[in-house]
Amino acid sequence: MAVFSRGFGGRTRESSPDLPPGQFLTEDFPVLSAGPTPRIDTAEWSFSIRTETGAQHAWNWDEFRALPSELVSTDIHCVTRWSKLGTSWRGVSLDTLFEEVESSYDYVMAHSYGGYTTNLPLEDLLDGKAWIAYEFDGEDLDPEHGGPARLLVPHLYFWKSAKWVRGLVMMKDDEPGFWEQNGYHTYGDPWQEQRYW
Amino acid sequence: MTDWKVGTVTDTRTETPTGRSITISVDGWPGNLAGQHLDLRLTAPDGYQAVRSYSIASVGDATSVQLAVDRFPTGEVSPYLVDEVLPGDQLEVKGPLGRWFVWTPEDTRPIQLIAGGSGIVPLIAMARAHAMAGSTTPFRLLYSVRTPEDRFFADDLAALESETFHVDYVYTRSTPADWPTPPGRVTREVIEAVTIPASDSPGVFVCGPTGFVEAVARSLVDLGHQPQSVKTERFGG
Amino acid sequence: MSSHVDGNALAGPFSEVFRTDMTTAVCCCGGCGDTTTLATEMVYGTDALAHGSIVRCRSCDDVLITLVETPDRLVVRFPGIATLSVDRDTPPA
Repeated sequence: MAVFSRGFGGRTRESSPDLPPGQFLTEDFPVLSAGPTPRIDTAEWSFSIRTETGAQHAWNWDEFRALPSELVSTDIHCVTRWSKLGTSWRGVSLDTLFEEVESSYDYVMAHSYGGYTTNLPLEDLLDGKAWIAYEFDGEDLDPEHGGPARLLVPHLYFWKSAKWVRGLVMMKDDEPGFWEQNGYHTYGDPWQEQRYW
Repeated sequence: MTDWKVGTVTDTRTETPTGRSITISVDGWPGNLAGQHLDLRLTAPDGYQAVRSYSIASVGDATSVQLAVDRFPTGEVSPYLVDEVLPGDQLEVKGPLGRWFVWTPEDTRPIQLIAGGSGIVPLIAMARAHAMAGSTTPFRLLYSVRTPEDRFFADDLAALESETFHVDYVYTRSTPADWPTPPGRVTREVIEAVTIPASDSPGVFVCGPTGFVEAVARSLVDLGHQPQSVKTERFGG
Repeated sequence: MSSHVDGNALAGPFSEVFRTDMTTAVCCCGGCGDTTTLATEMVYGTDALAHGSIVRCRSCDDVLITLVETPDRLVVRFPGIATLSVDRDTPPA
């Protein structure tokens, strides 16, 4: 049984009916560090989608930026309990990137510069639910927040929105990514509070 | 396995404009070595818990520990410990922890301590252990702070100075009135001027913010210290 | 905020899992072979808003150990450690 510490309230934890359970509002944009921040020159950057046949669809920075982009306004929810409302992004819809991709597999592993991975069902990336984002609040995405480009899947906990994303690999089965192997939920729906195993 | 133990705050003392030291009496505390730390847990009325690690400034068999905390304005634990906590308040601790960044009197090498800001905490424990043991091995402390007011344990350090323990201050922002050198960082030249030279094969303990520790450790290796004789404790920031 | 600390910092959580102090254990990186005391490796993610702690090789940045504390369990993985050796004389944690 824990001892209560008089006068300790912790961080102001303002909950709101707009927020998923157990979340509190933040105005700033916390940076969660898991390692050194990769610095990727857009001249060296590429993004690819690889399927079960070995086929690879790849874009360099100029090709990627020539694709139609969308302005996305969305709430984001981090599993470490902060939520930020009405964030503003610009990115390329995964629907656009998957246009030419043929695969019978239902799952995707996202891979990042720096080695991070996270797993997602393909259906959570399609139908206007996910983007490769390269602008935040009208500015180039800062490396600390995943720039030059990150995955943006705002209906899931934000660890699924892989920073410094460099590619997606189709998977037959749902295999766990980095945090999913380490105790975090394989799917991560904030409204169902799917935080941990 | 080390369990959480209940601690009761027995004393607090303002050390700097942003920091203070706190003495906590802990039932069943087994004593600690110089340089060890503890994990401290606070529990809010709604069950919310926060855990942080703090180095221990005290040393020996006593069942109380002294910590020193610098306030990070955006933090949730350090403002509580610096501004709120009162004698009689309870919190939980786990420890003592860590047997790497420690000094014991069996170590007879000359010892150089290098602290940045509140990084003094585990190093004053070593200086106290040195004094308590009556050790005659040379001890020297290089203590970097922004201004004279930012020194933690200034009086305690002055009282500890002896034939075998010497303190050198480096002020990075403003100095006392009659100070011989202008404010500046702990550069390789400063380290060369006021620390035990590599040729004496000292053990070196460095503690402070991550950037400070990295810069100092690099300078020490450049000056010929063996990397394995330099032990570091970064506290982030 | 994104800076790392030393392996020392994980003595507390490790004491929940291991009988002796693990920060003085010697570990060999499976990626580059660098061998050193766990206390001297780099630890990321010990700040309040972090998913978990990540121990990286001081030499090649590879992930050696991850440690996540959930309300119900402590999850430790060793994705990058080839060898971990503990001195039998190490006192209990």
